[in-house]
Amino acid sequence: MTQSQTKKILLAHGGGGRLTAALIENSILPKFGNETLNQLTDSAHLELGSGSICFTTDSFVVKPLFFSGGDIGKLAICGTVNDLAVAGAKPAALSLSLIIEEGMDFEIFEQILQSAAVTAKAAGVPIVTGDTKVVETGAADGIFINTAGIGTKIDNIDLSMNRIVPGDKILINGNIGDHGMTIMSQREGMKFESPLKSDCACLNDIISKVLETGADVKFMRDPTRGGVAATTNELAASSLHSIELIETALPTDLTVRAAADMLGFDLLNIANEGKFIMVTSADTADKALNAMRAHPLGTKAAIIGEVTQKEEMPIVELITTIGGRRIVQMPYGRELPRIC
Amino acid sequence: MLTRICQAQALMESACDAVGRQINIMEVCGTHTVSIFRNGIRPTLPKSVKLLSGPGCPVCVTDQGYIDVTLDLALRDDTIIATYGDMIRVPGKAGSLETLNRKNVKIIMSTIDAVDLARQNPDKTVVLIAVGFETTTPATAVAVKQAAAENLTNFCVLSGHKLVIPAMNALLSDKNNKIDAFLCPGHVSVIIGSDAYEPIVRDFNRPCVVAGFEPMQIIEGIAEICRQIAKGTAENGSIYEVAVTAKGNATAQRIVAEYFEPYDGYWRGLGKIPGGTLRLVDEYSQFDAMKRFNIDEIPAEELGGCKCGEVLCGLIDPPDCPKFETKCTPDSPVGPCMVSSEGACSAWYKYGRRRKQNK
Repeated sequence: MTQSQTKKILLAHGGGGRLTAALIENSILPKFGNETLNQLTDSAHLELGSGSICFTTDSFVVKPLFFSGGDIGKLAICGTVNDLAVAGAKPAALSLSLIIEEGMDFEIFEQILQSAAVTAKAAGVPIVTGDTKVVETGAADGIFINTAGIGTKIDNIDLSMNRIVPGDKILINGNIGDHGMTIMSQREGMKFESPLKSDCACLNDIISKVLETGADVKFMRDPTRGGVAATTNELAASSLHSIELIETALPTDLTVRAAADMLGFDLLNIANEGKFIMVTSADTADKALNAMRAHPLGTKAAIIGEVTQKEEMPIVELITTIGGRRIVQMPYGRELPRIC
Repeated sequence: MLTRICQAQALMESACDAVGRQINIMEVCGTHTVSIFRNGIRPTLPKSVKLLSGPGCPVCVTDQGYIDVTLDLALRDDTIIATYGDMIRVPGKAGSLETLNRKNVKIIMSTIDAVDLARQNPDKTVVLIAVGFETTTPATAVAVKQAAAENLTNFCVLSGHKLVIPAMNALLSDKNNKIDAFLCPGHVSVIIGSDAYEPIVRDFNRPCVVAGFEPMQIIEGIAEICRQIAKGTAENGSIYEVAVTAKGNATAQRIVAEYFEPYDGYWRGLGKIPGGTLRLVDEYSQFDAMKRFNIDEIPAEELGGCKCGEVLCGLIDPPDCPKFETKCTPDSPVGPCMVSSEGACSAWYKYGRRRKQNK
């Protein structure tokens, strides 16, 4: 039986036999093929130069698989590329491992792969190795994807918590909460139509443009799960410095804000997939901000707060719209919509 | 906006000077509680204005006995539990709907989702965990109406719906109460209308002011209360005219009256409140989960010395509870006020804590 005769993923597609070979030949290589991957060796052989190497991995289990602004394929590439980029690395190569539920439509599978391929190509990062497994119906939810990435450390940047001092500025490259609210609005059971769109994007280009300005960048992280609240709390706890965020400076989309208000969510806790938080020295913050704003992924970039003081039990505080203050907590981990 | 806030603050300051003592204002609505904390309103008020978070969070006022009934029902193999998200983490004697980790517990966004579940699962009985105040009851009534129209015999409602006015009455009837005035709930007032507070103003001589949820509206509402107290009057007012009328939403009131009737039910911390809880009227009793599963309403003892009851009555602040922040946190809540995002303890924990060394 050849692939053209079946429209569904079968257990045999992951069995290592003829169907697996056909899947690699017909679905994987045409989309991702490159000199390294085409050799189909057990390990990819890479020439990375003599510098320092960054290595990361991430797994993707999003539901729904397709959402406004992206899909699990795009997300799987962006997530790992971004983890390398915020570590100050230039992404060099990715792996792509697929765990597919038996019975998945081939057409959907192909769409996801195509989206991953387009995203990786646009980010300029080749996929050099991978794996495919098929599990019985019910053992996975459509498809799970793992990507790992390797990159070379960019020269002349020194990301270190030890260098953070009071007065340093905190920047973000645009609106917060778009991805999380989009997923929630499209998830099964939440029936409201909305023009929300995920911000899912690869950040390696915008980050390299900011770094080229010579701004004194001390910290970068992508505020994915747990949102800006989690990232700033991690920053405070690791650097032992308290942080003040300015509510009026936080870039937000009005529709996203309304959706969050309606469900009782705090946008600071909501996931992003195309954003990075950056800490720079006070005197080079504008340089970094201008570089962000000049990039399509940073037109709404803003300085959203600053590092205030060194202390043993640092906190993150928000200066509210009316000039009040409140604490910004590390989120619990699962947001529950309220009753009324 | 800032100018109006400054004006309201000036009004509060002069009113407080004139009164010369602490003014205790209870916000009855959980959404107000959260907005007050999230917008950092407390630190901007004069020191002598004290805000008390009242029994306005639907999850928080739900009696422990009700929670235990939901857990018992969830453990049956012939049921599907349809619940709003806030309820799943409230602990009962056998864990919570979340920790039971049962596949038959479904989080819904609308009561109609529960009716859909009943239609899709004819071999199971769907139990709608119906809690909430006047704002959510009409949606439950609509679900019962729909189920009755479709003759869905496998749908029922575990009603824990509550009424705000009897609760305010009960609070003021307690001679230990310290409440000088109420900041009345915006959402509930859209349904019941601002006239509904007349008896409270008349019988107890306490100002009742309805406000919206934007920080400016809350601050102006508090300022209006301070003005009345300084003047020595108690009036029934609304500064939320955009959404709240004097008579409320007649359609919503009608459908609730058709399907529900008040009775003397149990509230957490407040005990039995005369006419404070709603149950289905006899005509629709086939949709009443208590009757379907032959359950008697029994008040349960609250778990492990939790002081949620006193918090709900405005008698203590959350940090005055010995379990606050030590045994009871949002990750491992002891009482419902820490579970619900609208609970006073949760809001206090999330937004209100200061630096440890300053405590």
